[in-house]
Amino acid sequence: MTMLREDQPQVGAGVETLSMAAALNRALADELAADDRVVVFGEDIGALGGVFRITDGLTARFGEKRCFDTPIAEAGIVGSAVGMAMNGLRPVVEMQFDAFAYPAFEQVVSHVAKMGNRTRGAVRLPIVIRIPYAGGIGGVEHHCDSSEAYYVHTPGLTVVAPSNPQDAYSLLREAIRFPDPVIFLEPKKLYWAKGSVDVSSTATIGSAQVVREGTDATLIAYGTSVPIALEAADAAAAEGRSLQVVDLRTLSPFDDATVDAAVRSTGRAVVIAEAPGFASMASEVAARISERCFSWLEAPVRRVTGFDIPYAPPKLEHFYLPDVDRVLDAVDSLYWED
Amino acid sequence: MPDRTLLPRNVPVQLIDAAGTEHPDEVYPTASPAVLTEGYRSLVISRRVNDQCYSLVRQGRLAVYPSSQGQEACQVAAVSVLDDGDWLFPTYRDSVAVMLRGVAPADAMTLLKGDWHCGYNPHEFRVAPQSTPLATQLLHAVGFAHAAVLKGEPTVVVALCGEGATSEGDFHEAMNFAAVFHLPVVFFVQNNRFAISVPLSRQSAAESLAHKAVGYGMPGEQVDGNDLAALLAVLGSAVDRARAGGGPSLVEAHTYRMQAHTNADDDTRYRDSAEVQEWVARDPLVRLRSYLRGKDALDDTTEAAFAAEADEVAATLRTALNADIAPDAAELFRHVYATSTPQLEEQWASLQGELERSAEGTTP
Ligand SMILES: Cc1ncc(C[n+]2csc(CCOP(=O)(O)OP(=O)(O)O)c2C)c(N)n1
Repeated sequence: MTMLREDQPQVGAGVETLSMAAALNRALADELAADDRVVVFGEDIGALGGVFRITDGLTARFGEKRCFDTPIAEAGIVGSAVGMAMNGLRPVVEMQFDAFAYPAFEQVVSHVAKMGNRTRGAVRLPIVIRIPYAGGIGGVEHHCDSSEAYYVHTPGLTVVAPSNPQDAYSLLREAIRFPDPVIFLEPKKLYWAKGSVDVSSTATIGSAQVVREGTDATLIAYGTSVPIALEAADAAAAEGRSLQVVDLRTLSPFDDATVDAAVRSTGRAVVIAEAPGFASMASEVAARISERCFSWLEAPVRRVTGFDIPYAPPKLEHFYLPDVDRVLDAVDSLYWED
Repeated sequence: MPDRTLLPRNVPVQLIDAAGTEHPDEVYPTASPAVLTEGYRSLVISRRVNDQCYSLVRQGRLAVYPSSQGQEACQVAAVSVLDDGDWLFPTYRDSVAVMLRGVAPADAMTLLKGDWHCGYNPHEFRVAPQSTPLATQLLHAVGFAHAAVLKGEPTVVVALCGEGATSEGDFHEAMNFAAVFHLPVVFFVQNNRFAISVPLSRQSAAESLAHKAVGYGMPGEQVDGNDLAALLAVLGSAVDRARAGGGPSLVEAHTYRMQAHTNADDDTRYRDSAEVQEWVARDPLVRLRSYLRGKDALDDTTEAAFAAEADEVAATLRTALNADIAPDAAELFRHVYATSTPQLEEQWASLQGELERSAEGTTP
């Protein structure tokens, strides 16, 4: 499969093959080393290295003051990150799973997102809240939520969702350096997928990327849905249809320019996301395209999303998750006659 | 003046020590050998279920298993002290307690097998769904008890959580509500020393978790969580107190999580096997067995009968979990609302179409 990426690293100095988990670990280590204001904390992130091992070895390398376990209290973790950030540190906190971030919701919505605005910019909060998100791992209830809509709906939050090790590395480093709070959504089913990572490569928060060129229709995806989009594009190519794929990478603020240009070039769009479709990120993307690209469109924008139901239990997960067939069905429905 | 009677003892209540020797207590009576023999029977079944589930999860028959191995005395006691109409609010680690409450073994494992989120009807067994979001169920327990009071019903509610969960805000809100409204709730904390990898010392700086009770205005007590006799006495008195209108209380059981957090966890990363070994010597089954043997309350025949019964439960569980039941996709849409919505009907129809096409082999 062809991946058109301006920042695609060349094999050579500083380029390694890493899983997304290892890339995130590396990004944390590199920022801890680069800036002693950075502190990492959360549940089981010390000796254990996190339940997904994203913080593996960090306490051993940087010490308890820089990377430490907290009591189990998500409101406590995020609320104290606010205080730390007010007092000059750059906290990077881990929520153990998507649904276990909900106890922190009040802190996120009422304080993390609003502090800069409330204080007319006097208090900026350089906090990163890392959240393993979405499903596809056979997890029992509360371990597979796609909670991005809650965050993207909240003004003041920057929301990022990488789909590959390179972006995971570059975006996490950028997020830690960012002046404002970042919700960093890590697609857990992609944690172990490998890719090449150039540690000198930088990414820009707020920029989407065309990851596959195509001329017939545009697939717009992020996080867990990017590999599905790429696979669908491969399958479509075999049938003679050329699909372009856009990886949003940052969900909010939204990169209208890249998405507009992509959709205008093909005239057809399908948005793919794992979350329930109603009032979702996918809905926002579809609405923006409809408003901004109407005269270029040959067909209504389609969404391929999860059903509007609580996330399915492990044995029923495969019914729920958007897959290549659903994407191709949606593409087929884009008014191809004439 | 603070009410000193609310404070727990400085040393956990223990009636039968690790060697099986009885230490009579002036406040907490030791149950009769007959009652304890019945308790021992439940312990044997519980241990067998834990062992069986450990195998089943390794065979891929359960999605995950948070074992209560080593904590069986807590599981048995939490259920033994309930009247039929009382309610239990368990966590993910309390499947054995759920089963002891009468739920069929396989239905108690539905959540962990991955067929559905809750495999039993809570109203039928007076057991709330097992809760995974930590400490959230404690507030439900409080509300349930509050409703019972408002309705004039004699229900007592036993709410379970681990020591890690006591760090969550919901734990504190639940304790406070229960005390302010003087509700018939017993908060039962199984302090098994670890919250996944995090030791007790990172959850609380208090002298004991039971000491937290006094701050809310309710009594707290600490108990040896591997001593079924002590658990029955302490929890029993807390339940009696609640039923008599004496309000809520907090019981902290000192026990130990003998296995990793779940099968997915690697406990060698954060604890010494020597520490685990120390707790083997405090096993809840071994001590009760030796106590009952000493009292001539347990003979070979009875023991063999208990073992056979435990084997039967394990066999039932195996058969049920080894059966491949085709999952019913309609369930995904059926229960979301009391009355389905046009949108859900449309989505179900579209999934049905997909399933029919793939059954006919016409999927693109
Ligand atoms: C709100 C919330 N945060 C985090 C988790 C993830 N988690 C699951 S179990 C667990 C440890 C709980 O420890 P404890 O309360 O002591 O109970 P134990 O598992 O030892 O029985 C954690 C952190 C969760 N389930 N819910």
